Formats: sequence, C-alpha cells, structure tokens
Amino acid sequence: MMTDELSVAHQVARSMTLTQAQVRNGVLFVLSVLAVFVLQPAMPIRQMDFWLPFASLTLTVLVWAVTRATSAAPVASSSFEPQTLIDTGLIAAVVLVVALLRYVEPLSALITRSRPPEVMSVLVALAVVGALTFIAARFGARRLVWTVLVVMLVGLLVVLKFDPLTQAFSRLLRTAQTQNPQIASALDVRWLGLSYIAFRLIHALRERATGKLPKVTLREFMTYVVFFPALTAGPIDRVERFIKDLRAPFVFNLADATEAARRLAFGLFKKYVVADQLALVALNDVNARQVHDLGWAWLLVYAFAFRIFFDFAGYSDIAIAIARFFGIKLPENFRNPYLKPNLTQFWNNWHITLSQWFRAYWFNPLTRGLRQRNVALAAIIFVAQLTTMVLIGLWHGITLNFVAWGLWHGLGLFIHNRWSEFAKASLTIAPGHLWLQRAVNGVGTLITFHFVALGWVFFALPSLGLSLRVFRTLIGLG
Amino acid sequence: MSNDRRAAVRIVLKALSAFIVLNLAFALLVPVPALGRVSVYNTLVPGRERLPYGDVPAKAYNLSLYDLNAMFSSHVVSHPKAPGEYRVVLIGDSSTWGWFLRPGDTLAGLINAQRLRTKDGRQVRVYNLGYPIMSLTKDVLMLSRALQYQPDLIVWPMTLESFPAAKQLSHPIVQNNAAEVRALITRYQLRIDPNDPAFFSPTFLDRTLIGQRRALADWLRLQAYGPLWGATGVDQYYPDTYEPAARDLEADPTFAGLHPPALAKDSLALDVLASGIKMARDRRVPLLVINEPILVSQGKNSDVRYDFFYPRWAYDQYRTLLRDHVPTGVAGVQYLDVWDAVPEREFTNSAVHLSPAGARIFADKVSPAIQAIIGS
Repeated sequence: MMTDELSVAHQVARSMTLTQAQVRNGVLFVLSVLAVFVLQPAMPIRQMDFWLPFASLTLTVLVWAVTRATSAAPVASSSFEPQTLIDTGLIAAVVLVVALLRYVEPLSALITRSRPPEVMSVLVALAVVGALTFIAARFGARRLVWTVLVVMLVGLLVVLKFDPLTQAFSRLLRTAQTQNPQIASALDVRWLGLSYIAFRLIHALRERATGKLPKVTLREFMTYVVFFPALTAGPIDRVERFIKDLRAPFVFNLADATEAARRLAFGLFKKYVVADQLALVALNDVNARQVHDLGWAWLLVYAFAFRIFFDFAGYSDIAIAIARFFGIKLPENFRNPYLKPNLTQFWNNWHITLSQWFRAYWFNPLTRGLRQRNVALAAIIFVAQLTTMVLIGLWHGITLNFVAWGLWHGLGLFIHNRWSEFAKASLTIAPGHLWLQRAVNGVGTLITFHFVALGWVFFALPSLGLSLRVFRTLIGLG
Repeated sequence: MSNDRRAAVRIVLKALSAFIVLNLAFALLVPVPALGRVSVYNTLVPGRERLPYGDVPAKAYNLSLYDLNAMFSSHVVSHPKAPGEYRVVLIGDSSTWGWFLRPGDTLAGLINAQRLRTKDGRQVRVYNLGYPIMSLTKDVLMLSRALQYQPDLIVWPMTLESFPAAKQLSHPIVQNNAAEVRALITRYQLRIDPNDPAFFSPTFLDRTLIGQRRALADWLRLQAYGPLWGATGVDQYYPDTYEPAARDLEADPTFAGLHPPALAKDSLALDVLASGIKMARDRRVPLLVINEPILVSQGKNSDVRYDFFYPRWAYDQYRTLLRDHVPTGVAGVQYLDVWDAVPEREFTNSAVHLSPAGARIFADKVSPAIQAIIGS
C-alpha cells in the first residue's frame, strides 16, 4: 500500500516536473520569437526592422520543414501533427501581435524600432510562408533541396558581409520600399544574428544530409535557432545537445541559479566595465593614424586584444548565464585562450563553438577528401589550416584584412603543427623537469599571446596599408 | 517554502542590504572629490596641456566633466614645479583654451615655444588653464584653483561676452561647483545670489552611489582616455569643415538684452573682475589682464556691429570700462588691449576663435608684455 502511494506520488511529481519543463519551453519559444524583433536594431530602410526578423523566422521554419522527415521515415507525412499546428499558430500569432502594435504607437516602440508594416501585408506574407512551408515539408526532404538551401544561406552571408553586395542589396530594398536607392549604403542593412542563425541552419541541414539530425518539433527547432540569449553573439550550440536540455525535466535549483547569477555578474562586468573601458583605448582606424610611438602603439594593440576578449567572453557569459536560469547549459565559448601555450590550443579555446563548426563542416571533410586523393600530409595540413582560418576570417567580413587575419592564423597553425611534429621527435623534455616544462609553457604562452595580438591589427583595421603602417610603428619604424 | 527558495530569498535580502549600506556609506563619506585627486595623468601618462573639455569624447579622447579635482589632477600644472621654473598660468575662455588649435598652437603653446627666460635665468613655462565657457565667475573659479599651483604670473585674457551679470551662473561647471562659488561670493562680496536656483544643490539621493554614477563614470572615462592622449597628443576633435564665424551681420544694435546708448555698469560683472584682481594681489602674484582679440568684420552691417557678439557702441564702451577697472597703477597689475590685433581672416568658427596664424599674432603681442613683467 505504502509502495503504491509512493509510486503514485512519484508519478504525480514527475508529471508536475514535466509540466514545468513544458511551460519553460513554451516561454522560451515565444520569448525567442519575440526577441528576434526586439533585438533587431533600427535601419534607415523603412520597415526592415520588421521584415528582416520575419525573414529569419521564415528561414528557420523552412529549414525545419525540409529537415523534419528523419532518415528512418523519409517524407513521413504532408500533414502536420497537432503540436506543429499549435507551434505554427503561435509563431504566426507573435508576428501578428507585433504587426498589430502599429496601431498602439507607444507599445510598438518597445518591440520594433520603427512602425511595423500594414497588417494586410503581414497576413499575405504569413500565407506565403505557410504555403512554402507546406511545399517544403511535402517535397523538401531531398538532398538537392538541402544543398540548395545551404548554398542560399552561404550566399546570403556573402551578400551581407561583402560591402559592394550589401550596398546592392540595400539598393534593392530601398527600391522595394520606394526610398531613394541613390543613397544606399552597406551600413543600411544590419540583419541581427544572421551569422549565427545561418550557421545553426547549415548545421541542421548538414546533419540531416548525413542522417544524424534527430527528430525535433518546430518549437524545439525554432527555440534552438533563435534562442534569445545566444541570438546576437552565440555560442553556436549543436541541435541534438540543445534539445536534450529542452527535453530534460526542469526544476528550479538554487545551485544552478546561483551559478547562473555569478556567471551573469561576471559577464556583465567583463562586457560593460572592462571591455567598454578598454574600447576607449583599443586600436581603431582613427587612432592607428595618430599614434607614432612604439610603446603607445603596443599599448593600443594590447588594449584591443583584451577588449575583444572581454567583450566577446562577457557576451558569452551573459548568454550562458541567462540560458542556465532556464535550465539550458549552452556550451562554453572561451576557456582562458590567452593563457594557452600554443596557437593550436588557443584556437581550441577561443570562440570554441565557431571553431568546432568549421572543424565539423570544413576542416574534417576537406582533410578526409585530400587523404583519399593521397595528398602528402604536410600539404593536407597546410591547405586545411589555411582555408579554414581564411573562412573564419571571411565569416567576420569579406575584406582583404580579414583574409590577411585568416592567413596569419592559418600559417601560424601550420607552422606550429610542423614544429610540434619536429619537437615531439627531437626535443622531448625528460620527465622530472617540471620547471623546464613550465618555463617552456610560459614562453609559449607569451609568444602565442603576442602572435594573436599582432593578428588583431589586421582584424581591427579597415585596410592592409594602415595595418602595415601600424606594424612599422610597432617595430619602431613609424 | 522549500530550502532552495528560502536560501534564494536570503541571498536577495543580503544583496539588497549590501546595496543600501554601500549607498548610505557613499552618501556619508562623499568620496568623489577625493577620488578626483587620483589620476593616471602625470604618473602613468603625461599630464594634459589643457583642461579636459570635449563634446565628442570618442574622437577627442577628452570629455567635459565638473569635478575640478579630477580636471586639475589630469593637467600638467599639477606636476610639481621644477626648480628654476617660472610658472605662468593662463586663464580665460575658449580662445585661451584653443578651440580647433593643437596644444602647440594655443597661446600657451606658442609662448612656451619662445623659450623665454627671466632675468635671473628661470625658464618660463606657461600653463593653459583656459576653459571654453564665457563667464568671469568661471574664470575666477579657475583662478582660485590655479593659485594652489604656485604661479609666478597670471595672464587673464577676457572679452565682453564673459561680463554680462545675467549669464555668470549659466554654465554647468559653475552650477556644479556651488560650494566653491558660494565661498567666492562670500569672500569677495560678489553681487551674485548664493541661493540662486541655478546652483546645483545635491539632495541626499544625489550623494549616493546611484546619484554619483555620472561623476564616477566621468572620472573613470577621463582616466581611460589618458593613454590615448599620451599616444596621440590629441585632446580635441578637429572637424574637416566647420561653419565660419559670420562676417555679414544683422543690423541689431543690442548686446545681451542691452540697448544703446549706455552700457549699464550694473549689468556687467565688474565686481567679479575686481575679485580676480584682488585674489592675485592678495597672493602677491603679478597679473596681466588682456582684452583679447575679436573679429572685426568688414561685411554687411559692420558699421553697426563688429561681429556676431558685439555691437560697436557696447564694445567700445566696454574697452573704456575695462581699462578703467584694471588698476594698472597698482603694483603687479598690468593691462594689455589687443582687441583688433588679429585680422578678420584669422578667425575660425567664432568671433574669438583664432586660426594658428591668428594665435601666433596674439602670442607675439602677449609675449613682450610678459617679458616686460619678468624683466628678461
């Protein structure tokens, strides 16, 4: 009798726990969809602060639709489950509420930076997206469709990261909105979070193509892609890991909440106190032209190096902490990268999720492919390191300076790889010489930090000429 | 309530208590003025050549703040006086501060470049303590501070625009240093109401950490811009283009609400001028008062007005008044009127802002007057 009662109590408790998780998931889903609009900055092109977030949601729904059929049950059904209909309805409802706020002026300013478009045009857009989603779900589960979508997403990134194309895109948008296309500028288009959204979508498409993508609901997928704490600056989680947290029971836990609060405080301090103060001193295109003294030039470079770390690591801490309050354990993005003794370890600990993404979808497939063609190992490493780092550079923006930054790190990684191979064979430190190992690591950390810091010169400045001028100053020839 | 929730409430209460205690302690101790004396300038980075002021901090590596301690601590004048140094302190408005001028092109920079020496061999070092606000009260406030830095000579360029009694308290630097200005009012019996509502009188809440956050942030930003000042020598934003000072003028004969024919003495802060002179004399520091150059327009309606600031009748009477109110007969006080020394073309965006060439002409007029005082 006692055992039965305990069992029932356990079941009730379990069902209540699940309900908490469901509520949490519902809240995260709606908040994340809403955050796409709220976080989008203002743009000089009319209503784009509504339509670009709308496009982010559309891309996410379409990718979900084409990836929804698992490899075990390809194109399972064209009919949607009730849960999917509810989720679709919720997304449409949030979008409509945002659009309807155009009639409640003071409230609309809380969500979008400018007045949302006419409700009728939003309804038409929703109908079009609905139809596309239906077609995508019905006919999209094909390798060709996935590949086309990956190419489209990469193309979109190229358009947004290559100034002449961004300017052309701005001209197009301005024309569509009957605004003067003559004054179009690359600065007009600021599509919040697309770099991260696109990479999560490409990840899902690639995993689907290899049959590794688990079956996820629209709610789970949407929450994963536009998860509001990680929307603007990552980390780039993996979908299967993310939904594991979403599906786990959620119970308020003081230890977790305390840890989240601690992390949040550190994140806010790193970003808004340390990084924002360093930003005043950090190298930029204006002060790079004004500084002529070696010592001061180094100071500006160091300030940039620490500023970018504290800024980005601070953002990551904030994202990880907020997620943790909701029981989601986002992956770490930075693990003391500047304290690593070599460049390979630096890249294993700097913007970890981005590096892992490129490793999974570029570096590993490329090295596998080259191996199958019997290319020499050194050449494989050279090509793979160089192209991976150049691509990471281009992900930040398609400019010569980001290419140079990528090449700098690619060459650095290659040289370190060759040196490691050589040192492993010929320069092993005998066991027991701990002090020597520590000294070597210390020197390695210093060299690695300075190599990375010098690389930031390319990253921080808009042109190669200016970067070279700073390099000259750094060696006392300025 | 579960243990977790109880612990969470406890944490929140503790945090709230700590927050309240910290704010109360801050309000009681008022640590910002003391903090202002702590500075990276003159230690980690070179002291600034002029007082902090800037509307475009990110480009000027400079900002406007009201904490006089922090301002003076960042200035090179707070560096101990070197043996063999003859210290000249320049106070005044934006013309002295050097609007659109590099530090080396200001009046102070140009006189320093002349490497003057006193008869006994001391090296003349001029410090620019001008501040871009036109108010004699502000000048006297700065002078009272400047006297703490052992000046051997004070040079005080001024212009009529700093004189109207009605505008003496119209600037935040004066309003936010109410205690010091009130002390000056009492000591020199100035015709300024010490209870004027323009003065900022902080409430208890204003003195808390929350209330002082702006002052703290300003102090921190001033320190943060130190390395960039040291690295670049830039302390001002120099735009590529600017609106030149008007040469064609309205036929408006009024000045600061005053109408011709007579410039009412009561409407001018002559008492503040007198207090500055007395302050210098009490400390036995020689004083050179200068009527600084103004733009003398040749354009439309220049028969009515000299420039945007001044109708001819008011300015002409001011020159007479100023000459009469500077007691040049008294030891240690000298007067120099160079109002029309600089040609029209050497003014930039205001009737008192000079180009580098204009500043050089001005410096060439001031330098002999200084030499006459120092006896070189």
